[in-house]
Amino acid sequence: MRRDWLHAALLLAPALVLLVSFTHWPAIQTVIDSLWSTPRGRRPSVFVGLANYERLMADPTFRRVMWNNTIYAALTIPASIALALAMALYVQGRIIGRGFLRLAYFTPTVLPLIAVANIWVFFFLPGFGMFEQLRQWVGLSPRNWLGDQSTALYGVTIVTIWAQAGFFMIFYLAALQTIPVALREAAAIEGCPRFTFFRRVTWPLLMPTTLFLSVNATINAFRTVDHLFVMTQGGPNHASNLLLYYIYETGFTFWDTAYAATLTVVMVVILVVVGLGQFFLMDRRVHYK
Amino acid sequence: MFDRLRLTATTCALALGLATAAQAAELEFYFPVAVGGDAAGIIQRMTDAYMAQTPGVTINAIYTGSYADTTTRAITAARGGNAPQLAILLSVDMFALIDEEIILPWDQFIPEAEREAFLGGFYPSFMRNSQTGGQTWGIPFQRSTPVMYCNREAFAAAGLDPNTPPATWDEMVEMGKTLTLRDASGNVTQWGVRIPSSGFPSWLFTGLVASNGQDGLANDAGTEVYFNTPEVIGALDYLVSLANEHGVMEPGILDWGATPRAFLDGQTAIAWTTTGNLTNIRSNATFDFGLAMLPANVRRGAPTGGGNFYLFDGSSPEQLQAAVDFARWATEPAQAAQWSIDTGYVAPRADTWETDLMRTYAEEVPGALVARDQLEFAVPELSTFQGPQITKIINDNIAAAIVGEKTPAQAMADAQASADAILAAYR
Amino acid sequence: MSTMPTSDSPFDRALFVTGAWLLALVWILPLAWAIWAAIHPAQFVTRFDPLAPLTTQNFIDAWNAAPFGRYLLNTVMLVTMILSAQLLLCIHAAFAFARLEFPFKNLLFALVLMQLMITPDILLVRNYATVAQLGLLDTILAIGLPYFASAFAIFLLRQTFKTIPKELDEAARIEGVTLLGLIWRVYVPLAKPTILAFALVSVSNHWNNFVWPLIVTSSVNTRPLTVGLSIFATTDSGIEWSIITAATLITSGPLLIGFLLFQRQFVQSFMRAGIK
Repeated sequence: MRRDWLHAALLLAPALVLLVSFTHWPAIQTVIDSLWSTPRGRRPSVFVGLANYERLMADPTFRRVMWNNTIYAALTIPASIALALAMALYVQGRIIGRGFLRLAYFTPTVLPLIAVANIWVFFFLPGFGMFEQLRQWVGLSPRNWLGDQSTALYGVTIVTIWAQAGFFMIFYLAALQTIPVALREAAAIEGCPRFTFFRRVTWPLLMPTTLFLSVNATINAFRTVDHLFVMTQGGPNHASNLLLYYIYETGFTFWDTAYAATLTVVMVVILVVVGLGQFFLMDRRVHYK
Repeated sequence: MFDRLRLTATTCALALGLATAAQAAELEFYFPVAVGGDAAGIIQRMTDAYMAQTPGVTINAIYTGSYADTTTRAITAARGGNAPQLAILLSVDMFALIDEEIILPWDQFIPEAEREAFLGGFYPSFMRNSQTGGQTWGIPFQRSTPVMYCNREAFAAAGLDPNTPPATWDEMVEMGKTLTLRDASGNVTQWGVRIPSSGFPSWLFTGLVASNGQDGLANDAGTEVYFNTPEVIGALDYLVSLANEHGVMEPGILDWGATPRAFLDGQTAIAWTTTGNLTNIRSNATFDFGLAMLPANVRRGAPTGGGNFYLFDGSSPEQLQAAVDFARWATEPAQAAQWSIDTGYVAPRADTWETDLMRTYAEEVPGALVARDQLEFAVPELSTFQGPQITKIINDNIAAAIVGEKTPAQAMADAQASADAILAAYR
Repeated sequence: MSTMPTSDSPFDRALFVTGAWLLALVWILPLAWAIWAAIHPAQFVTRFDPLAPLTTQNFIDAWNAAPFGRYLLNTVMLVTMILSAQLLLCIHAAFAFARLEFPFKNLLFALVLMQLMITPDILLVRNYATVAQLGLLDTILAIGLPYFASAFAIFLLRQTFKTIPKELDEAARIEGVTLLGLIWRVYVPLAKPTILAFALVSVSNHWNNFVWPLIVTSSVNTRPLTVGLSIFATTDSGIEWSIITAATLITSGPLLIGFLLFQRQFVQSFMRAGIK
């Protein structure tokens, strides 16, 4: 038994040291940082208690960003998962041009979001962008997608859905292949309609994958901000700003590290709560081997 | 404290080393590429040429991305104790760099006898963002000013004189109306004017503010901003009215990066953008175009912009002197003229415009002179302590007014209040 | 493999195929346009003229405008380093969690799982300070270090290791195989599909990662492709799409071709890894 302990310690130590140094310790440090002021040249950092949190409560940008992130999560999570499932169902069996279809769905995974964002900027350009040319073609009036506060957030949301659905498809595809062929054959003999088969057999069997992907999509909803750097910089007037981008801006453009730490604490709390919630949900609904 | 000790130690070590070795200095030089074209290659050729004629000096020119990226890099490197010796950063970053205590004034490194001739040779409008508190913190180099690009063919097609660009705000609206073309279903195929409002909205906006009679948006000490004056609100009213009231500009936020393309593709007949785009537009335009000063309202006006050389603290005296010498060489007429021609930046010294190279260029590209002549009316770009944050505040509020979330008066009142809250600490 | 849908009418089938193709066309549109813009002169970026002249100039310009070769090398080194370190650290840790008994096991595992949610890139500001203190700013190691201990890898491998029959352990121990030998010669080969599946996730994640590398790198010799591309694209003058798309194609080419060649293996390893 003791030998096991020693072995375990040796096997775990390197991973745990790194894990603690780059996840737990910085998380704790961030909480501490959020209680101090930002040092500025001549003025050193001083303990300010909850002043940064009071500022947070009064910060309209913070409220805007949180609201945006909620919408962003509420749209990207279900949409990416639903599309991923559709894609997987499309390409799992025999279909004309299966290789092409798989490649098409998978392209976003190999094109870095930061590079693709420039392409999307072009698609969304009012007047002469790709979508605009299509809209004009069917006789619709032009729209300034990214430059209008009512549509900018949806513009970046669409890009995120595009970027992650194809990646999620792979997981569904793998899960679908484990569904026994015998089940389908039996269903076919009984003349079971496709949709009924999907609802009664496929969907329940895919539940673990769906939950796994929903966790992933949730994290991504807070982490995927690359395209904001290129497409909108969070504008116009924070209409498309998201929490992580706001943290970056506060920490690395305004150099207000204390306030950035405060915002990070909020992010960590949200993720922990969501994580615990999903963990329990998964524990109840899914039976791992 | 510890850094000071270490610095002293290295300085001593270096001084000792210098006693024996020949004078050798290795410099790190961060530079951004703010305009298209091969500015990175041009800088490289420039440093290579300097190293070839100055034995013992090695300049390691590091291309660090956009202005914002370069500033971030320089500040993080300086905080980490390995600052570059020299960097080209936005002139408006001066206060932020002073506040961080990472840059040095240039004056002490220039012999007193030469100081007046060297520093006094730059256009005064450029020096306003380079000096504060009686000291010179930046040497103008990669400087620009916004100008109006006019599509002459579109002017002619609309029945306007292609050689008479709008000179006043009212003319710009009137001509804009003539230049705005619609197809059968009422969709616009060509807009009259494009003043981009992403990227650097406050910069172009300062042009409107100046022509409405206000000398910039901040005081020279960088501690006060003047956002809610009648001049500023009037300028914002005008900007908003271009799209909403007069219908000569596309509504919503207009992308800065797509502006040259929009002009080249005939999406807009007039575009406001930096002189730094001149080379790019000149080599890609399939039509005849002209440059003009920004239109006047109560007076002419435009902001200056672009980058200065900054000298960083934390290096040996020999390195600093070598960095100063290089910056002085780079701004000499011969080098500055070539740089200006290659990139489209405005040569920052009057003597540069006297060179044969520059004269020939001005004859070939008369538009190039527009930028120089506009300097007479130039005001400083918004530059304050906590600059990025203050700039962001006014940018956000300009955007809010453009998209109709706030009235111009409300937007500027909000901007003033938010900026005052931040700047209070510096007064 | 045959998973033909059940009881199909030809109409249903047509609808199904049309749906699949429409979705695919929408999804490939950015890539298709990137190719269009990259192989035509700049004035055709916004004009779709089938007779537009072709050119390779954009690729040449892009290649000469920035050290993409170096960026590509940096990225390859980065993802290789991260993946190797992740496997090395996480295989051992996962084995301990799957097979050994020790105090605080559940607590420690819960701590590991926390990283599934709180990924290092969210703690930007603090991790930047840590890397700076270690003197690692602007190194490829700094980009990878926070990701070496991957909770996802530990979690996945632990699941897989748990499905391996314990009898194998006994047999190996009787034969005098050491613990490390057991891990590398028995467990790792059996977990190959999981490792392959994780490798795909890890490589595609770090190939595309942007914000953290943007913050910690500052020179050509360390910058990965994503940062290189963004620096290249964000000139303050204007976006030159023809060059940017050419650069994007140059740099995404390897991964795109990799996927084309190995797509079947990927899907199968995912299937066997039981990531579902």
